[in-house]
Order: sequence, then C-alpha cells, then structure tokens
Amino acid sequence: MKRGHLGLLVVFVLLALVPLVADATGQSSMTRLVGQVLILGMAAASLNFILGFGGMVSFGHAAFYGIGGYVVGILYHHFDAGTAFLGLIPGTDQLLLTLPAAVIVSGLAAALVGALALRTGGVQFIMITLAFAQMFFFLVVSLKTYGGEDGIMVRRTNELFGLNMRDKATLYWIVLVVAAGYYLFLRRLVNSSFGQTIAGIRQNERRMAAMGVDTTRAKLFAFALSGAGAGLAGALMVNFLRFASPDMMHWTKSGELMVMVILGGVGTLAGPFIGAGALFTLETTLGRFTEHWALPVGIILLVVVLATRGGLMGLVRRIVEWRR
Amino acid sequence: MILLVEQFLNGLQYGVTLFLLAAGLTLIFGIMGVINLAHGALYMVGAFAAAWTTMQTGNFWIGLPVGLVTAALVGLAMELAVIRRLYQRDHLDQVLATFALILIFNQSVTLIFGRQPLFSQPPALLSGAVEVLPGLPYPAYRLFVIAVGLAVAVGLYLLINKTRIGMLVRAGATNRQMVRALGVDIGRLYSAVFALGALLAGLAGIMASPILAVQVGMGEEIILATFVVVVVGGVGSVKGAFVAALVLGMIDTMLRAFLPGLLQGVMPGPEAQALGVGISSMGIYLMMAIVLLIRPRGLFAAGG
Repeated sequence: MKRGHLGLLVVFVLLALVPLVADATGQSSMTRLVGQVLILGMAAASLNFILGFGGMVSFGHAAFYGIGGYVVGILYHHFDAGTAFLGLIPGTDQLLLTLPAAVIVSGLAAALVGALALRTGGVQFIMITLAFAQMFFFLVVSLKTYGGEDGIMVRRTNELFGLNMRDKATLYWIVLVVAAGYYLFLRRLVNSSFGQTIAGIRQNERRMAAMGVDTTRAKLFAFALSGAGAGLAGALMVNFLRFASPDMMHWTKSGELMVMVILGGVGTLAGPFIGAGALFTLETTLGRFTEHWALPVGIILLVVVLATRGGLMGLVRRIVEWRR
Repeated sequence: MILLVEQFLNGLQYGVTLFLLAAGLTLIFGIMGVINLAHGALYMVGAFAAAWTTMQTGNFWIGLPVGLVTAALVGLAMELAVIRRLYQRDHLDQVLATFALILIFNQSVTLIFGRQPLFSQPPALLSGAVEVLPGLPYPAYRLFVIAVGLAVAVGLYLLINKTRIGMLVRAGATNRQMVRALGVDIGRLYSAVFALGALLAGLAGIMASPILAVQVGMGEEIILATFVVVVVGGVGSVKGAFVAALVLGMIDTMLRAFLPGLLQGVMPGPEAQALGVGISSMGIYLMMAIVLLIRPRGLFAAGG
C-alpha cells in the first residue's frame, strides 16, 4: 500500500511539471493536450465505475458529460447577458458555483435516465441509454437561444479566487488537482462497502438480492454518481476549451468514452486515464500526418478488442507478472 | 389532404427502407446475439457501389446487381474476419469492435471515393411521376422503392415461415443453444444469415442512392433509427421489425413534416423551426423509451 502511494505521488508530480516542461521545450501545445487527456480520463473513469465495476453497459454517457458542459455554458451565457435562466436563476462565472451546479444537474439527469433505463437489461439497456442520450443531443441542438448546432462560446474561463485563469498553466493545475481528487474519490468508492456491493451485483445480481441488498437502488445510485462525475469532467472541459457544443453529447462521443475504458482496461482505476491518453495522443499525432487518422485508429482498436483481454492495463500486468 | 397522402407515402418509403435494414439486423441480433453497429456500413457500401456503377455505365439496372453482390461479399468478409470472433464475447466487446469497423469503413470509402457526395439518377423507366390522386403527382421511383420493400417483406415471410432454412432461423432466434445441440452446422447458418442481412442492407442503400446524396456518414444516420426499430419490434422478430419500421418511419416523417408548422402558430418562426426539427428527431427515441418501459423486451420479442 505504501508503495502504491509513492507511485501516485510520483505520477502527480510528473504531471504537475508538464506546463514547465512545455514552456522549457517550446512545446506549448503539450499543456493543452495533457489537460484534455486528464479531463477525458475523468469522464472515462466515471463511465468505468458503472461499466467495469458495475457491469452496466451505458451507451449514452456522453449525455451527462455534455450536460455538465452546458451548465457552465448556459450559466456563463446568462452572466454575460445579465439575464436569468428561465427568469429565475441568475448566471455566474464563478468556478466554485458552476462546477457543483454541473455535478448536481448531470447527477439528477443521470438519476432520471437510470430510474427508467434500469428497468431493462442487456441489449435493451444499451439501447435505451443511447436513446436518452440522443434525446438530450437533439434538445440542445434545437435550443436556438443557446447556439443550437453551433454551441455556446464561453469567452472567458470561470473565475476562481482572483487567479489568472487566462493562463493555460494555472487552468491546467486546477484541472490536475480536480482530476487527482476524483481519482482518490473513485479509489475510496471502489473499496467502500458500496463499491463491493456494486461489484457483487455485477458478478451475481440474484445472489446479492438474496442477501437482502436492494439491487435496483444500489445500481441507480451508482448510475447517478457516475453521471455526476461525467458532468464534472464536461464542466472542466468547457472551461478548458471555452466552448460548449452539441458534439459533446454526440453518440460517437459515448463510443469514444467506451473505447478509452476498454483500451485502458475495464474495471481498473488507472485504465481509463491511460486509455484516454492513448486514444487522444494517437488521434492528435496521427492527425498531424494524415487526415485519414481514423483508419489506423480503427484497426488498432479492432486488434486491441479482438486480441487482448484487459486492455493496456492487462498488458502491463501480464508483462509485470511474466517478469517475476 | 393531398399533403397528408404525400407525407403518408414518404413515411411508407422511409419505413420500408428501415425495414430492409432492420430485418437483417434483427436476425443477426436474435440468432447470433451480436450487436453490429457496422450494419450501416453495409448500407453505405451498397449505395456507393450502385451509385458509382450507375454513374459510370449510365444504367441503374447494372448498378443494382453490382451493389447487391458487393454488399453481400463485403458482409461475408466482415463475418469471416471479425464478427465470427465476437459470438462468444460480451456486448461491450461487440459494440467496440463494430464501432472500430465503422471507423475503418468510413475512412476506406473516403479514401476511395473522396469527400464529395455521389449523385446518381433513377432509371429512365421510373424517372417520371405517377398521379396517385387527382392533383397529386408522386415520383414513380419512390413508389418502386415502396413496392420493392413490400415484396421483400413478403419474400422474407415465405422464406422464414415456409422453408427449412427459415425453420432453423426461427429456432435459432428462440433458442440458440438448442439448435446447436441438435447438430445443425451453426457456423454455416450464421454466415448465411449474416450475408442475407448484408444483402438486405445493401439493397436498402441501393434503393436510397438515387434519392439521397450518397456520402460517408449516411450509414450512421440511419443505423441508430434501425436499432430503435429492432429494439421496439423485439430482438429477433422480423414481424416486429416490419411493424415497428412502418410505424416509426411514419411517425418520424409526419413529425418532421407538420410539427415545425404547428409550432409556428405559438412561437416565432426560426425558433419554432429549430425546436420542431429537434423534437421531431427525438420522436422515435421517445417512442422506444415508452415501449421499453411498458414492454422491456419489445413488442414482438422472440424466445422466452
């Protein structure tokens, strides 16, 4: 356990050094890239909690990610225009308000979707989560007030304690702290009795029910918690890119999040972050050489799914075990 | 009234297109238990092969068989190379592998045909309009699409209910393990069903090619609606797919045609337009959510 703590600390320090290294080497895009990887990793990790630990294959997770982003976008829109949402809630540009608001709204949305979707299972569950995500997607596309298909430009990043939020490095460190906090939260969650219950339901729901666990309620709570995490990631992303668009909710985004989870390793804590890093780096690096980057990405993904079990984390573990 | 009949025919045409796709998908779903997101890619392949051949030769009747054969062969290759390895995997692996196939197919087609959409013409024989009602001319080609779709529905009904292969298909949809235990060569049955599904998806693409712009991404546009049809109709049920395809095709078309106009009565023009289009796009998903909440396995679910 001690060694694990040390490893985490080393990773955290290395990640904290990224903006300095980027400055020193003149690779200023690196901060942007790693920041986005951290945020996408959070979204993927939130999905992994229900998918990997809970066995619920949600194909609509981008909806909650997008809702979190739109909360920030809509609050900024009203702050900028000096109006109020539905004439009741005034806008704001304070990060300490927008992030919790995003978490709460996306968590509630996930609770609503989960309450309906969890009445089905298997293929139907995959499809009904997709259906709800599509409904949210078309809803934001049809809202002309909030940019419709074009999305919302957030001209200035949310404020926090008078820090200079225009500085990408400052923003990056805030993202890093939140991501690290979320990682620790997930680690506690997975090891808690609730986390054990969720894992038990994945392995054998009937047995858990026989032990007196209200399985539907536990699954619903996990689903809402996971949606809230995705909302937090979405809210950070909109701050980071200063832009909220319907693309955040597109069904291919849900697919990409699943890809990150699988690529990194289902049901592992670090896997989704590694998967997000691998996919995002692959896309941007290949995108520099060819506009047809999707072809190699598709082939690599296919090989990973067909040939490896347990994704990159599984590969790492097997190498480590083989060396011993 | 005339507008209503016209939209009814449009809905019917969209419905049979959905049915051609959904029939194959529901069989693949029901019998092999595979979620094939790349089914839309076969629709795209059929459309591209037919549109390109039609444009080169100037003859739709050459494009049609070329499109069919290409779609079936590509489908067969897909089954042998990838799908076959997914039968024993869980849904998650299937979703991801076929998601990867979408990326591969879309990029390959972009590499071959470029980003410009192809526009092909309907055959000369069907290029005119037929006056279905006094004062309502309707394109003959669209009527032809409806007729083909309904003919395929009848053909599939006979194939599935009256032949030995159909019996195996029905048995497979009800209880896969039992069919295997009774000594049926399940590998060949799977390949045949997959190729049939690919053929039907290709046919849907070919039929749509003179009506739509043939471009990369056309598969994803329609595949989600197809999945809705399959799930609403009940996985594995061709009858369910037929009913759900026609109903959902009709609802979708009617909403798109009339909702923006209705909303314009209560709110300003451009916003009503945007909201109307948005809600129309949500319509079929809302339908699916409602159906699944009442009947979690769909309307005509096969098996127990």
